Formats: sequence, structure tokens, C-alpha cells
Amino acid sequence: MFYRAHVLVEMTSSSVALGAAQVKEQLEREIARAGLGNEVKVLETGSFGAALPSPFVVVYPDNVIYAPVSVRDVRRIVEEHLLKGRVVRELLFAGERGGGVATFIPPSPLKKEKRVVLRNSGLIDPLNIEEYIARDGYLALAKVLTEMTPEEVIEVVKRSGLQGRGGAGFPTGLKWEFTRKAEGEEKYIVCNADEGEPGTFKDRLILEGDPHSVLEAMAIAGYAVGANQGYIYVRAEYPQSIRHLEVAIAQAKERGLLGERILGTSFSFDVKIRRGAGAYVCGEETALLESIEGKRGEPRVKPPYPPQKGLWGKPTVINNVETLANIPPIILNGPDWFRSIGTPTCPGTKVFTLTGNVNNLGLVEVPMGITLRELVFEIGGGIRGGHGLKLVQTGGPSGGTMTPDLLDVPMAFDTLPRYNSALGSGALTVIDDTHCIVDIVKNFAEFFLHESCGKCTPCRVGGKRIVDILERISAGAGSPEDLEKLRYLGQHMKATAFCGLGQAAPNPLLRCLEFFREEFEVHVREKCCPQGVCTMRPKPQPKKTVRV
Amino acid sequence: MKITSLEDLKRIKEEAQKRALLREGKAEYKITVHMGTCGIAAGARQVMAAILDEIAKRNLTNVLVTQAGCIGLCDREPLVSIEKGTERVLYGDLTPEKARQLVASHIVNGQIVGDWVVHTER
Repeated sequence: MFYRAHVLVEMTSSSVALGAAQVKEQLEREIARAGLGNEVKVLETGSFGAALPSPFVVVYPDNVIYAPVSVRDVRRIVEEHLLKGRVVRELLFAGERGGGVATFIPPSPLKKEKRVVLRNSGLIDPLNIEEYIARDGYLALAKVLTEMTPEEVIEVVKRSGLQGRGGAGFPTGLKWEFTRKAEGEEKYIVCNADEGEPGTFKDRLILEGDPHSVLEAMAIAGYAVGANQGYIYVRAEYPQSIRHLEVAIAQAKERGLLGERILGTSFSFDVKIRRGAGAYVCGEETALLESIEGKRGEPRVKPPYPPQKGLWGKPTVINNVETLANIPPIILNGPDWFRSIGTPTCPGTKVFTLTGNVNNLGLVEVPMGITLRELVFEIGGGIRGGHGLKLVQTGGPSGGTMTPDLLDVPMAFDTLPRYNSALGSGALTVIDDTHCIVDIVKNFAEFFLHESCGKCTPCRVGGKRIVDILERISAGAGSPEDLEKLRYLGQHMKATAFCGLGQAAPNPLLRCLEFFREEFEVHVREKCCPQGVCTMRPKPQPKKTVRV
Repeated sequence: MKITSLEDLKRIKEEAQKRALLREGKAEYKITVHMGTCGIAAGARQVMAAILDEIAKRNLTNVLVTQAGCIGLCDREPLVSIEKGTERVLYGDLTPEKARQLVASHIVNGQIVGDWVVHTER
């Protein structure tokens, strides 16, 4: 069969929510009705990120993008474009970003984008392994298995300067080296796809759009450290990621790219999926290991770290989805290529997820070192509704709070801590100036209260007290001493909590207390909310909280 | 089918690339079937089907097939133009059988079928 046209429909969980599945069905129906079933092939593809509104439809070989597409647009696309060859101009994607961009010239209509991790997303059908192979898929694994020793692989990853993209930014090559050198016959590779940070959804879209890149990287990691078993710990809330992974694993096994004796060599590697029930703390690596082992998801005492004693007490590499997706291109193009992207101390790209009060929402992959101003005002298209910027929360509630004075700081793992902020997992929650700071901080605090596992007192009790005080303030019953109490609680929690969750929980509070001091003081002194968000009743009303 | 060597993988990669070639927009020949209402009425759909079938039968990978609207020569429909580089040949009064011969002669053998040419551009 020779298909003269390929029609790609964006099929991610976000675009499905916006009707992509119906669009695809309608496309297939209309194509059949027009008698084009043997000429035009409909494929699914992954997200193209903030660059294109969802759901998008691309028609090849004409390189024409329609976005966003609704079910009622489909008949015109089929009858006009696919049948008669006339592009439907009104439905073309002509966003403000590309200046009337109508055609789809990979890699991206966004000038500042640099796609490494998302190199295939939105361009290939993730459910077909051949499409991945066509774009150099599994070549890195083949290169590693046939031409390189495990030590050489680790050396390449080390020299690339790749840092963990889950938020902590630990050098990936070192992690692999520790695990390789650790004593033990059995070792494991774990992919952390328990993306729980509110506002982060990059891992989901990477897994949905290009699952094989993660599988290939896990096999490479397995070869490098001497592991034959991998686990992907993925949230059960990500059914489409799980489905795409299952299909990908089955296809890779069928092709002999996973399983026994990969590519005819003596190396065997298998991958299993473990579903997480959605506890936030299970994104913490040791709690995640506990959860895989079937225990309650609570963090372990560190050290020993997972490279020494990880899953079932065996040396284990735990890497984030995005970190892994960087591995195959690093192997193929070399560490120097990777170092040429981003900043000297923090090479490579970062996938950011734009959410909140910005015009363009979604994923964007840019070189490290980009400024927040470029991200929010150029790529994000500015604040919605013409409001001012209040703050940007980076890396979710546990990340950093970027106030407007930090708009020109380069975004990288090593620069943001200087400003008491953190890059984290790459979530960018943009909040405009109609929001009240007490309300924002309370929202974050309530999240941590809900997600605290309860193992240690500072987090369990401190979190509760912080919420109580913030509720009191927003009900108009706060006192100036409350602000001091908040800072005291926050600092103690930060210093004494058992794991990263509790240590990071007070970050937004502490930063905002400092930067938005005046707004807090107006709340407690004048008992009024400048933004008119807080309820400000004369007496505090006891309010139900999630945990007592 | 299992891939058991690097050569195997590369071969499958090449095959897969051929199938996805049309998304790269790279091909030696571009065949455009003029698919206006007049063209469809004169049998352009059947011509298109014949071209696609012939390409599939011959397993050609250096061809892109697209359609375009009416170009104003409605009495010469179905019209098909074949482009290679800057050369563009427009054929008219086609039938599915003629279209198959065009694929064989113009694409496979590189011979322009003079009798059916309406217009040539270089």
C-alpha cells in the first residue's frame, strides 16, 4: 500500500481531554466516506508542547498544520484538503508566535526552542517502534553494545555533564559510576515517572510521545552499571503513558531490543511497569523504592543512598524520565555536542511546563540558561488578560519562588539556589497580580499538609500549624506575631524535616514572607486583603482540614 | 521478527525511513493530480487511485503524490503534473491506464510521454 498522505493527530491525555479522540475518529470516518481509506493514513502522535494549541492535526507531505481542530472542522479538512488538495486557510495554525506560520518545519515554530528530549514527540507515531527506529531509535543502544565498554559509556555520560532532570540536578554519570562500583551481583535501573509535582507534566508527555527513548536509555543504563532488570514507576493517573509504555515494551521485546540477548549480544535487559497510587512522597526516590517493594511509601534514612543499597537492598540507579530521554542522543552525538547546548556549568536543555496565567500553556524545551523573562513573556506569550506578574513558582510547590525582580536570572540548576530558588522539575506556575499572597502560600501549605506522609514530626505538625496560622490571617484574625511564628516554623521545618518533602515545603512561605512582607503586614495589621481574595471575617471560623 | 545485529537494525531503519519519507518532504519526483470538481468529474479520482496502485506495485519510494485544485484547463482534465527539480511537465486527458503508463515511463524510465503533454516548464 502506498499512502500519499499521512495525517498526524495529537493524541495525548491533554489533547484527548480537548476532544482529540473524537477528532481522530471523525477523520477516519470522513476519510472512509470520501473513499480515501487506501490513500491517506491517519496516525497518532505526541505533544508538540506550547508551540501548538491542542489538539493539532498535521498533513504530510504538504506540511500543513491545523490547530486547534474540533470535530466539526474535520469534514472540511477531508473534503477540501485531502480530497481536492485545497488547504483550508481559516483552520490553519497561525499563532502569534511564528508570525503566520502555516507549515510545519521541524523542529519547532518557536525560535528559542531546542529539542533534544522532545526530538520525536509530535513527529512520530509512538505506538509504532519502526517510526522510532527510523529516527535513529535504538542505534545508541546498538552502538553501546557493540562498540563500547560499560566504563566508556559512563565516561561519556559523565563528560556530557548531564544532571538529573527530576529536580535535584545530581550528575547522572556519577550516579551510574557509584552503582557500577557498588558491590553486588544484582543491580537495578529504576525510572522515576511518579511525576507528582503540581504543575509538572513533562514526563507524562515524554512517555506518551516517545516511550521508546526512555526504554532505550534504561537498557543503556543497565549495560553501563551491570543491571538486567529495570522498573518504571509511573503514576496510575497516567493511563495513556502506561498504555504507550506497555505497547512499546511489547514491541521492543518482539524485535529483540529488550529481553534476552539484545541484538544478538550476551546482554539481557527487561523492563517492568509498576503503578503508583499517586502519593506525592513516592516521587522521593527512597519512598518510591519502598513502594515498588510493596511497602508503605515512606522515605528511608540516607545514607546509604540507592547506588549502594536501593531496590531490595541492591545497588540501584534511579533516573527521571527526562534525564533518561537525554541519554540516546548523548551517546550518538557525543558529550561535546551536549556541552555545546545550555550553560558551561549546566549543559543541555530543560523541558518546562508552562501553567497558570500565561497565554501559551504547555511544554517547551529550551537550552539551560534561558531567562524567566524569555520563558514567560516570549514563549509564554505574556500574562493573560493584561495583568501584571506577581510571581512564578518554579518546580512546583517544593521548588522555588521567582519574584519579578528575578526575571533576568538565567535558569539553571546552579544559578537559582543563589537566589533562594530552585529549578526543580521544570514546572512554571505563573501567577498574576490579582492573586493574594496569603492565599497563594496557604494553597501550597495545604498541599504539603495533605501530602505529608506523617513519618516525622516537623513535617506532620509543622505543616498543620502553618496552615492554621495562614487560615487565621486570611480570616482577619492574624496578629503581627503570626508572621514571626510562620518564619520560625518554616525555618525549623526546613532544618529538621526527615526528607526532601518536609525540607522543601516551607520554601515558598519563607521566600514570600520576605518579598511580600508588606502585603502580609497589611493582612495582619489592617485586617484587610489588598486583592480582596481573603474572606476577612471578624472571627476565625474553624475550618475542616484534611488531616488532624 | 527479531533484530539480531546492528546491520539488521540499520536495514529496518532504512525501510522505516522510506515509509516515513513523505513526512520529510524529500523525493525525486512530485506528482500532482489536479483534483478540482472538473477533474473529479472527468475521472481524476480513478487516475489518482491508479497512480498510487502503480507506485505500490513497483515499490517506488522516490515519489510524492499530492493534489491541487483546478488550473483552468477543464476540458483537458484529468490533468497530472510531474515535477523533478525545476522541470515540470503537465499531462492531460488522462485515463487510469495512461496514468499507469506515465508512472512506468516518466518516473521509472525517465522518459517524457510527448503525446500526452499539455505544457512543459523548465
